[in-house]
Amino acid sequence: MKLSREDVLHIALLARLGLAETEIDKFREQLSNILENFEILQSVDTADTPATAQPFPLHNVLREDEVVPSLPPDQILANAPQKERDFFRVRAVLE
Amino acid sequence: MSFETIIGLEVHAQLLTRSKMFCRCSADYASTPPNTHVCPICLGMPGVLPTINKQAVEYTLMTALALNCQIADSTKFDRKNYPYPDLMKGYQISQYDAPIGYGGWLNIEVDGQRKRIAITRVHLEEDVAKLVHHAATGGEGYSLVDVNRAGVPLMEIVGEPDLRSPEEARHYLVKLRTILQYLGVSTGNMEEGSFRCDANISIRRQGSHNSMAKVEVKNMNSFKAVYRALEYEARRQRKAVSEGGKLTQETRGWVEERGKTVSQRSKEYAHDYRYFPEPDLPPLILSREWVEEIRAKLPELPEERRQRFIADYKLPLYNASLLTGSRAMADYFEDCLKTGILSNLSLPKRAKMVSNWLLGEVSRIMNANDIDIANFRGKVSPGRLIKLLALNLQADISTATAKSVLEEMFKTARDADDIIHQRGLSQISDTEAIEQEVLAVIKQNTQAIADYKAGKTQALKFLVGQVMRATGGRADPKLVNELIEKKLAEVSPSGEGR
Repeated sequence: MKLSREDVLHIALLARLGLAETEIDKFREQLSNILENFEILQSVDTADTPATAQPFPLHNVLREDEVVPSLPPDQILANAPQKERDFFRVRAVLE
Repeated sequence: MSFETIIGLEVHAQLLTRSKMFCRCSADYASTPPNTHVCPICLGMPGVLPTINKQAVEYTLMTALALNCQIADSTKFDRKNYPYPDLMKGYQISQYDAPIGYGGWLNIEVDGQRKRIAITRVHLEEDVAKLVHHAATGGEGYSLVDVNRAGVPLMEIVGEPDLRSPEEARHYLVKLRTILQYLGVSTGNMEEGSFRCDANISIRRQGSHNSMAKVEVKNMNSFKAVYRALEYEARRQRKAVSEGGKLTQETRGWVEERGKTVSQRSKEYAHDYRYFPEPDLPPLILSREWVEEIRAKLPELPEERRQRFIADYKLPLYNASLLTGSRAMADYFEDCLKTGILSNLSLPKRAKMVSNWLLGEVSRIMNANDIDIANFRGKVSPGRLIKLLALNLQADISTATAKSVLEEMFKTARDADDIIHQRGLSQISDTEAIEQEVLAVIKQNTQAIADYKAGKTQALKFLVGQVMRATGGRADPKLVNELIEKKLAEVSPSGEGR
């Protein structure tokens, strides 16, 4: 399956990536390749295989409702590009 | 042209767990300094591993069962992807195609008519961070992010569009909140945001099955706001169509101050959520044993409790409905009956008396002070209230005095005994003392006595009133009545002794 230029731009927007003109074609090629590989996988007959959301044979991994101390705000904010007092600061986003 | 209103509600309720949904940070974010209940899992740092809070799953199971839902045999979590700064990870962990509960229902009663409202699904997800917006003043506007709320367990309850009026919507919300409170899974506080509601509303021509454009209404922060927003929207849609306009499918926000809904420009690609199974969380198998264990632990729900109040305490439907309207009120009522005080009275008699006080004087005090029964209980415990009622019943104090003592008990959180003693309020049951007052009143009111003798029984009431006034309301009215009748039988019409 060959992705269209619009598909690539839409995916880029969802990922919040700005693409240069040359990159659009490059990623169109690469993403199409990935999808083609999945098409090969999809050709396998799975009629007798139950659907699964998880490759591991695990279920019901639960924890008790107990509180442990959190990290101090200065550590929480250590990687923030912008902060103000003990808050993360971000550009205004309007609904 | 006549239209019908179609409403469906979507409710989000924060669960009362100690820790967050997928990490062990405290879920108590109210009145904590910003970003103090945060860890690398809350922030979605690379390499972290979320784990499922068992209590949150059980609370959701309890709710689904109480709402008569089917329970999924197996369920899982999914990632809902969208870019917004209240999501630290860039996605919210939610449940997409395998909710914990589905296909349930809830009964409401409007104007004495019972109506069943279908519940589409009950699922579990996580709350998001809180944004504080700062308007641009000269420079660029910005938002401050507090992550404490992110990751608090959030239960979503989606109802079918079975509601036909804002009034029905209000009943549904109140009933749903009451059930959550009875279950003890959520505070149900709308003003504090632990119980939130979005609505879908549309209209259709009477008799038609085709609704017009569906409008989603958001930003309703109280029960009253939901009612007003839906009223407004139902009217707006009718008006638009009647004037030949066309309705558009859109999201509108309720603006409380302006009393209207306003179109919100929808986010571009907002609905491209790209759900996929959360790879970090193994699926949940909800075994029959587990579900039955939870079902067995369900507390008595509002409707059952109301029926029991009618059956056991012989209360009228109206009183039983009001008392069981909140779990806290129903508990207060039953705690009063459990004290053992006044146990010489029959249970229905005691119940009637406590009910009358709770729905009368106690409700009046709560309304006047804008508080609920929990606040009232903090001042006047059930034990203290029923002791007051006992004093009233045993004629130590009159009902009027009891009311004023209750007011003071509420203000000062003291015992009735204390207040009565300190203010010298106890009823005078000493015959000699009352007799003196009666004689004095008889002397001063010759006209009333003449009237009484002439057959005007009203005059007796007047005389009793005079004695009560002379004793500051502390005389036992029954005794006063008896003594006056006795004395009047002894005196001549002129008021002179025989």
